[in-house]
Amino acid sequence: MDTSIWRPILYLIGFMAFAGVNAAWLGWAERKGAAHIQRRNGPKEVGPFGLWQPLADGIKLMTKQLLIPSGTDDILFRIAPILAMIPALTSMVVIPFSGNIQARSIDMSVLLIFALASIGMFAILLGGWASGNKYAVISAARVVSQSIAYEIPMLITVITIVMITGSTNLQDIALAQQGGFWHWNIFRLEGGHFVYMWIAFLIYFICSVAETNRAPFDMAEAESELVAGYMTEYGSMGFGLFMMGEYLNIVVGACMTTILFLGGWGSPFGFLPGIWWFLIKIYILIFTIIWIRWTYPRTQIYKLLNLSWKILIPFSLVNLLVTAAFIKVF
Amino acid sequence: MSEYWNDIFGGTKSLLVGLGITAREFFKPVVTEQYPWEVPVMTPRFRGHIELVKNAETGKPNCVVCGMCMRSCPSGCITLAGKKPEGEKKKVLTQYELDFTKCSLCGSCIESCNFNAIQFSKDYNLASTRKEDYLFDLLKRLEEQS
Repeated sequence: MDTSIWRPILYLIGFMAFAGVNAAWLGWAERKGAAHIQRRNGPKEVGPFGLWQPLADGIKLMTKQLLIPSGTDDILFRIAPILAMIPALTSMVVIPFSGNIQARSIDMSVLLIFALASIGMFAILLGGWASGNKYAVISAARVVSQSIAYEIPMLITVITIVMITGSTNLQDIALAQQGGFWHWNIFRLEGGHFVYMWIAFLIYFICSVAETNRAPFDMAEAESELVAGYMTEYGSMGFGLFMMGEYLNIVVGACMTTILFLGGWGSPFGFLPGIWWFLIKIYILIFTIIWIRWTYPRTQIYKLLNLSWKILIPFSLVNLLVTAAFIKVF
Repeated sequence: MSEYWNDIFGGTKSLLVGLGITAREFFKPVVTEQYPWEVPVMTPRFRGHIELVKNAETGKPNCVVCGMCMRSCPSGCITLAGKKPEGEKKKVLTQYELDFTKCSLCGSCIESCNFNAIQFSKDYNLASTRKEDYLFDLLKRLEEQS
């Protein structure tokens, strides 16, 4: 591995660009997807198919005043939106986009990503708390309870993956799934793991949707109950950063699902593995997340917690036992 | 316990049905109207402000300046005038003004007209910040239309 100073600089620029482009154009993709599901046109005025809409939105947000209401905790109020972006950006360091596109291959990268995901939750908590707004505080409390509830089944399913591949390094996990879809963890033939791994995949996917605070689990910004939740007092680019952070979290969530279950950069039929397969897979997942958002109505907070504590956690625990049994027996 | 499993399987099934519905809708054509670029055709019974009807043969207004519409209007929106040119038997319309700020689109004027001289227009793009824009000169409008 090249250790010159250019390597981190180039990766930093690359990640910033990837993050910026994704955060901007996923907003466009979401509006377009929502529009077509509701049989509307969506943005179409700015540029072909409304493709320059994110630029217009960005300029509009940047020209607005960054208002800090009286009664807020000034410093925390300013830090929170930045903190919403940073963990998602940082997690990209350890994500293997392809066999040789990865900034750092760290042994405990799975753990690092989930630790950073929890910090993302802190951004919402701080933003809600610092706003000094009743709705924002309720929203912050909800985010914490939701995050705790869904991190447990998520991490338990990740443990099954770690048990199967025997590594907490994302690159090793992806390498273990190369050469055709029958090697992917979701349909893994060897050891007979395909029997139950699709359930683990579903649990993980539901949890990653819940962790990124996406509908139908967007209890934090339930506008019918909480105005806009933790974002109520934010305007201008403060709001913009929260939105970008949300989209980056979706990207990181899709990347993790791809690496853990869908074979990373491996192609489904064993030829031409590379970054394009990785991108195709994450964008299919992201589209699915958008599709889910515009299909289901928002759940209620106690039903949300019921789903996690009564269904997902028992299922993931049983899943963990079954995995252990399969590894021992086969 | 059976309720628990029913919840899971029934719930999963209904979620999949929902996803199927939105997936189908996604590929169906757009049904909204792109308003400023696509102008809707108004229905036959739509009531816009009134307009004069042109005689298909002569190309002149059907109006004979009897003044029934002016008298039947409960709000006094209509002002019309006419004169008899030299050597003609009928009066000719010289002025027909509608004060749309007072009109309630009741249609009494159209009902009272025996000569099929006025009708509801299909004009609905009416927005202005000035009161004068709603004082319509319907005779001029008829000339501009032809």
